[in-house]
Amino acid sequence: MSFVNHAAMDIYLPIAELSVNWLVIVGLGVVVGFVSGMFGVGGGFLTTPLLIFYGIPPAIAVASSATQITGSSVSGALAHWKRGGVDPKMGAVLVAGGIVGAAIGSVLFRLLQKIGQIDITISLIYVVFLSTVGGLMLVESWRTLQRARAGEVRRAKLHNHIPFFAALPWKTRFYKSGLYISPLAPFGIGVAVGILTFIMGIGGGFIMVPAMIYLLGMSVSVIVGTSLFQIVFTTSVTTLLYAVQSKTVDIVLAVMLLVGGVVGAQIGVRMAQKLPPEKLRLGLALLVIAVAIRLLVGLTWTPSELYSVQAG
Amino acid sequence: MRRLAALLCLVLLGGAAPPRLISDISHSKIDIVYSFAGAELLIFGAIQYPGGVTPDKRPEIAVVVRGPPEAITVRRKARIAGIWLNTSAVRFETAPSFYSVATTAPIEKLVDEQTAAIHELGVGHLQLSPASSGDAEEIRTFEAGFLNLRRKQGLYSDAADGVELTENVLYRARIEIPSEVPVGNYTVETHLIDDGKVVASATRDISIDKSGFERDVYVAAQEHSFSYGVLAVTLALLLGWFAGLFARR
Repeated sequence: MSFVNHAAMDIYLPIAELSVNWLVIVGLGVVVGFVSGMFGVGGGFLTTPLLIFYGIPPAIAVASSATQITGSSVSGALAHWKRGGVDPKMGAVLVAGGIVGAAIGSVLFRLLQKIGQIDITISLIYVVFLSTVGGLMLVESWRTLQRARAGEVRRAKLHNHIPFFAALPWKTRFYKSGLYISPLAPFGIGVAVGILTFIMGIGGGFIMVPAMIYLLGMSVSVIVGTSLFQIVFTTSVTTLLYAVQSKTVDIVLAVMLLVGGVVGAQIGVRMAQKLPPEKLRLGLALLVIAVAIRLLVGLTWTPSELYSVQAG
Repeated sequence: MRRLAALLCLVLLGGAAPPRLISDISHSKIDIVYSFAGAELLIFGAIQYPGGVTPDKRPEIAVVVRGPPEAITVRRKARIAGIWLNTSAVRFETAPSFYSVATTAPIEKLVDEQTAAIHELGVGHLQLSPASSGDAEEIRTFEAGFLNLRRKQGLYSDAADGVELTENVLYRARIEIPSEVPVGNYTVETHLIDDGKVVASATRDISIDKSGFERDVYVAAQEHSFSYGVLAVTLALLLGWFAGLFARR
């Protein structure tokens, strides 16, 4: 009998209501942790699709991925906080926006679930974002590598001034970020990232960090810390919303991912110290694009099963 | 006088009083714990013939295990602009969450269409009660698609030679319960079939439920969802924080 042989490896997920091979799930956590340690990203963009590929229902994959990101970001956020690498005022505005965004995301999620389009929407958003971000990173890191080969010195980034943001009212000073802007600008960014956090089960650092650099022009010393600060709070709120609204947070799944993630992150950090940053970024870009392609294939190839069932 | 007439009728028509079925199951409760990876139910029993005379003719038995019924929506994908989207749906009011039948011979050889429909013998004879008043042909296609999907998931099955007989008196059947099984109260029906008719039946109940830690987690998530969410966040924060402390050493 097959189930006897598997019994030692299989663990039943009480919320997902199916049994999974715990080695696979912890291994998945290790891979995601490795990537996040190596490249300094949250890795949520890998967790959700990988869980879905494995057969975990999307609502549970997204919710449990958000829980895992809370855990994987907290120690980084604390470390930055102690070093003064967090702008609390900016962080608070971003978190406020993130909470509003997560609430909007939860309404959208429920609506899409009701009309049976949530799985496709999640995949589509992933394809769009990952291919855009991956493509930009690929171009950027390729150019950097070319320049390095040609012996050019990297030009300093110009401080961008977005006229739309400058025109917004109620300007206030964000001392640590070195900005005098309307709080509506970071609030809006927080909302956008919050929606994505809820629907995609990601921290959103890979959108937040470029937005802080290119849209807000924040001072570099507080970017990563403030982004992590916002991620911890927004993913916590997302977990709470999922727990209350759809009851799809699988604590067992999240803990297995976290345990794997902790181990993987340590290996990843050590590997990263041995590799040049340009090559790391190129590697991350290729990884992001690979995930996007895999999802695109899933959306466009004739599926093996045309029918799906939803209770209720 | 009347009783005598009735008895006479019975003797003339059927020859004898109907046999009785006695049935039992290996489990009356299946506990889903952390290591649950499916289970196997053994359903067994005996046929008690009137007067204790065992006929030479092989008795025919059907064993049906059924999970609690639920309302479902079945969706079908179609390609739109190169992408596969859910485009159409049909609602069914009473689809069993689990259905498995084991018989001594293929169902179509045991009973006629009508009897199969009445007793829901065989995956193809389930009464799913479509709620949409759409095209009958369309609904049939959806029904077929749904049954096929449930078969693939191992939630619906039929085994034409799943019942073993011993000396035409004892019977037993094994039914596989997969790990994806939904929880709830299940029924096990055993039917004795003679000449295309169900002549005796026996029903047993089993409850399939999460147990211990798995049950606590599930109940907490369902009934104390806010506290459960807070617990999940706290757990994640603590685990992440500890990991950070260890990593720095």
